[in-house]
Amino acid sequence: MSAYETQGFKLDNSGRRVVVDPVCRIEGHLRVEVNLDGNNVIRNAVSTGTMWRGLEVILKGRDPRDAWAFTERICGVCTGTHALTSVRAVEDALAIQIPENANTIRNIMQLNLYVHDHLVHFYHLHALDWVDVVSALKADPKKTSELAQSISSWPLSSPGYFRDVQNRLKKFVESGQLGPFSNGYWGNPAYKLPPEANLMAVTHYLEALDFQKEIVKVHTIFGGKNPHPNWLVGGVPCAINLNDVGAVGAINMERLNLVKSIIDRTKEFVEKVYIPDLLAIGSFYKSWTYGGGLSSKNIMSYGDIPQRANDYTAPNLLLPRGAVINGDLAKIHEIDLRNPDEIQEFVSHSWYKYADESKGLHPWDGVTEPDYHPEGPNFKGTRTKIENLDESGKYSWIKAPRWNGNAMEVGPLSRMVLGYLQPKQFPVIKDTIDGVLKKLDLPVTALFSTLGRTAARGIEAQYCADLQVQQFDKLMANLKAGDDSTANVDKWEPSTWAREAKGVGFTEAPRGSLGHWIKIKDTKIDNYQCVVPTTWNGSPRDPKGQIGAFEAALMNTPMAKADQPLEILRTLHSFDPCLACSTHVMSPDGQELSKVTVR
Amino acid sequence: MSIETFYEVMRRQGISRRSFLKFCSLTAASLGLAPTMAPKIAEAMETKPRTPVIWLHGLECTCCSESFIRSAHPLAKDVVLSMLSLDYDDTLMAAAGHQAEEIIATIREKYKGNYILAVEGNPPLNEDGMFCIHGGRPFVEVLKETAADAKAIISWGACASWGCVQAAKPNPTRATPVHKVITDKPIIKVPGCPPIAEVMTAVVTYMLTFDRIPELDRQGRPKMFYGQRIHDKCYRRPHFDAGQFVEHWDDEAARRGYCLYKMGCKGPTTYNACSTVRWNGGVSFPIQSGHGCIGCSEDGFWDKGGFYNRVTNINQFGIEANADKVGGTVAAVAGAAVVAHAAVTALSKARAGKEDQNKGGK
Repeated sequence: MSAYETQGFKLDNSGRRVVVDPVCRIEGHLRVEVNLDGNNVIRNAVSTGTMWRGLEVILKGRDPRDAWAFTERICGVCTGTHALTSVRAVEDALAIQIPENANTIRNIMQLNLYVHDHLVHFYHLHALDWVDVVSALKADPKKTSELAQSISSWPLSSPGYFRDVQNRLKKFVESGQLGPFSNGYWGNPAYKLPPEANLMAVTHYLEALDFQKEIVKVHTIFGGKNPHPNWLVGGVPCAINLNDVGAVGAINMERLNLVKSIIDRTKEFVEKVYIPDLLAIGSFYKSWTYGGGLSSKNIMSYGDIPQRANDYTAPNLLLPRGAVINGDLAKIHEIDLRNPDEIQEFVSHSWYKYADESKGLHPWDGVTEPDYHPEGPNFKGTRTKIENLDESGKYSWIKAPRWNGNAMEVGPLSRMVLGYLQPKQFPVIKDTIDGVLKKLDLPVTALFSTLGRTAARGIEAQYCADLQVQQFDKLMANLKAGDDSTANVDKWEPSTWAREAKGVGFTEAPRGSLGHWIKIKDTKIDNYQCVVPTTWNGSPRDPKGQIGAFEAALMNTPMAKADQPLEILRTLHSFDPCLACSTHVMSPDGQELSKVTVR
Repeated sequence: MSIETFYEVMRRQGISRRSFLKFCSLTAASLGLAPTMAPKIAEAMETKPRTPVIWLHGLECTCCSESFIRSAHPLAKDVVLSMLSLDYDDTLMAAAGHQAEEIIATIREKYKGNYILAVEGNPPLNEDGMFCIHGGRPFVEVLKETAADAKAIISWGACASWGCVQAAKPNPTRATPVHKVITDKPIIKVPGCPPIAEVMTAVVTYMLTFDRIPELDRQGRPKMFYGQRIHDKCYRRPHFDAGQFVEHWDDEAARRGYCLYKMGCKGPTTYNACSTVRWNGGVSFPIQSGHGCIGCSEDGFWDKGGFYNRVTNINQFGIEANADKVGGTVAAVAGAAVVAHAAVTALSKARAGKEDQNKGGK
């Protein structure tokens, strides 16, 4: 299978093979191999998840009320989102209704995560793919100031301010100890920003690093800490006491004021720094239209942020739900997470074993038996020293999830496009996207690209920053109406549970659609399965040879320098990969798989 | 290449002498040192170069890195730009692939015995280590090679220190804490899931400032932050002593901020600084926000019988124990002291070596 066509892409692995391992500025461990043609254009792409932790088997036999804490540790970057998915799965299984305040506080925490995660991604994980740090040294601080003031009223914008940052940077670079900027691709012709824009962006890289720690304090107030705040099956753990003895030991007016001040400042930072930077940087890369991959064909979102508690149907969700396939944007499909035929995972190219690998399995019936052996006629290296993987065989720790047989792209771009396609329910998303496109003078199809993915994330950050304020107002209105309940403990005691139950919980994590499927038996977890965003996006091939979203997005991209993977990083980072999330379960009985002596 | 001092770097980066001295007194305060220590810190910083740090990631969730960048004092920005040289950290670094791998080789060679290795996550040993692949090889190999030339190792968080969630029973990948794989280097464990941001930066700052590893308890944790139980300094402790407990979530007692002991709080058996340093710039900590402590800085906290089950093996009322006494023996303490001493010696030696190198350098 050296050359074939799938999903509209012509794969050809005959050219020069380039390996990137580790892919840095992501969460977890990822490897990518591509084949370049004579013009250094990517004609084949292979995405490999290179870690596996086996969390779900660890959950087997445990108390379902504890599961949120375990699954939260799947990822410390999208911290909290797995925990929220988990408590929803348990509540679904046990038919627990949560109070309105609990739902609203969860929404605020989830929206808070979105804004934090997107901001940190843009500046600290992604910006260096577009921004040349060294070029910033050549900038004129006065012109930088003019540029900054022409696009935003953010007050930190004087020539002196940018000069100070530039001096600090200059001396840092001159020290010869470049720290995290060591060996970067500075000077690569794929960098297009003028020095002034580079200086502005580097300055905001540092400002955003300072500011991001403020955003998460909302998690600290409601959940006690961040990363990894605390959650509760049946509600939220923080009690509310507005007007009685002991209020200082609960959520009181001072705490609520602190939340309000943080979410207001967050909204301001997004509006005055993140979005203007995004538009400014984007305007210099308009001609770099690569990386669309599956986004114009197959996109999906489970939806999230239920306006009213306990109603997870599409009309009640403030983030859109639905799927588009085969590029038919006129038809939005409903998704049923319980239907055994819709979501299935395949392992024909993953390091796992199924009895019949031509078929997929629904998560409730999921099996995961690790079976590590790199293989195939083109595999080069040894079992513990991989030089080249062979995508015709098994090549990843990530399974291949499919929706009705289709490889799907999930994440901010999918959500924002699904919102755009449903303007009646999501007028704000439609208007914001139209505004951005107008500013950049681009057609709507420009969204289907690496840059579109990055822009969608920014648009979504702004949408969520606004929703955070809206949800806070809703919380206050409900408190004003006299409802201060935060937890439903009717089914807290396991003795109140049915002997057998099963449930599914979903969220939209910042990176995309996230589902947890749980089976409970005799008050303990009998089976627990997570299908996570990067499993969808980072998916390897399936039995039909269909490629995943990362692989598709890398296709047909020209590289300025074959030995500098800047364009590869750019496109991969536009998905914000999270590999700790994407790795999967363990054999059902969890036995030790092989014996190794401690070295 | 000459190695610049910490102070020189800070000055060059536009930090005034006044701010620098202020930083030193803040550092002294955050480390619980007397104000008279501030000049000593200043002196140390004025004469020290920026220490290279290689920050590796094994099986983990990146919560330690996320926590680190939340540090309010010092700011993560200032740590990275002015205090140390974070030359390798796959979460933040610009380079990838070969260009990233090259950095490890360069630092090992150029700063042999003089860099700090920070480890987030742990190596799995099953499947020949290939449950965590780094550059096509088992992560455990990269870890061992990089450790070989380090002067000291920081084990960030519960993963590196104890194994954490992937090592919870039945530990399918055989995820193994760093000290069980690297046995010939001083290792500072900074447990927690994640550790508190300001504890992380304080441990680093302490090492850079005093050029020695902090005093460790018998489990290898800095005594200054892990010497007491959360319960010992919990602001809800008076309710525990008075027998005032939360009985159900969101009950009257919960709304009054009573003790969470009956809701499974692990504060009485958990050694950490949450109830004093608190989280995210001192905003709150788990108990303050109404949920019991889940004991995330303790070895094997995932397998201690449910987060909502009451801790039963604690001494009530006024028993002051510390980590050295709980489950420890005099011999073990003496042994730990020897190890700590050896580590300090190793660091001093490394430092001496570095000075020689400086003299011989440019």
